Amino acid sequence: MEDFFELAGTKYRSRLIVGTGKYKDFTETKRAIEVSGAEIVTVAVRRVNITDPNKENLLDYLDPKRYTILPNTAGCYNADDAVRTCRLAREAGVGKMVKLEVIGDDRTLFPDVPATLDAAKILVKEGFVVLPYITDDPITAQKLEDIGCAAVMPLAAPIGSGLGIRNPYNIRIILEHAKVPVIVDAGVGTASDAAVAMEMGCAGVLMNTAIASAKDPILMAEAMRQGVEAGRKAYLAGRIPKKLYATASSPLDGILN
Amino acid sequence: MRFLIFMKIKINGEEKQIADGLSLNGLLESLQIRPGQVVVERNRDIVPRESFGSIALAEGDVLEIVHFVGGG
Repeated sequence: MEDFFELAGTKYRSRLIVGTGKYKDFTETKRAIEVSGAEIVTVAVRRVNITDPNKENLLDYLDPKRYTILPNTAGCYNADDAVRTCRLAREAGVGKMVKLEVIGDDRTLFPDVPATLDAAKILVKEGFVVLPYITDDPITAQKLEDIGCAAVMPLAAPIGSGLGIRNPYNIRIILEHAKVPVIVDAGVGTASDAAVAMEMGCAGVLMNTAIASAKDPILMAEAMRQGVEAGRKAYLAGRIPKKLYATASSPLDGILN
Repeated sequence: MRFLIFMKIKINGEEKQIADGLSLNGLLESLQIRPGQVVVERNRDIVPRESFGSIALAEGDVLEIVHFVGGG
């Protein structure tokens, strides 16, 4: 069965979006991403170290022809900085899709929702394809969809926490109402967390730390690919309803007595 | 006649002295930065890559030179 993840008019086979931070080197980054099967990868925008310009560049390891590069606005604490970062990223020539995150506080890294809404309005108006990172709040998700965001990306749990989906009921409400893809972004800890998100009907899962900080990032990348695929298939297959009492699997007729 | 041989500019938050009249391309070359891999903001305006050669830097310019790094 053909099952594509369609985002802003492009069809992807993989529903796993991965980050490129926290790996021990670019070789490991490249390998983990290959094994994950991801076709969309996030990157951050930072100053070049001018006193020791690193001769190696991340994009030497990630061919923008092969991967959709998704620049983020990590580290931005207000709408202006986020918009400025997106404009810089667009100038790099990797497209107009951005992961918008406006951080509200460095302890939780929860998003500043009003600032995220402000930035999204400007960016959509400027022609960006905006994928906003948000709290698991259905109202915010609806507002961002109304503004014209191409997807909404509620967190499962705080960034890098590995806690998995803390409020599946909110994610369910977001899923029920959203007409754009819902991508769970942040907080996934292991493959079952990714599978749970997909089983619920999310369009995709975005993660970084869960793979990059695993003891064996390459093996975890494979596990995450399989977790996302398994969860997606289970969603499409349609799970059985949960019941309190048993239903025998073997026939009741012909039992010896 | 002016004998200003060096001018002060700020690059990524650091004060630098550079040769008067240096182009942006010239600056990147002196810093061993490949122009194709960076985006430059000059006094808060993004400089299109095709203008790197024609932009002459001026005293007091504030440059931000950025690129992509690993991130989530």
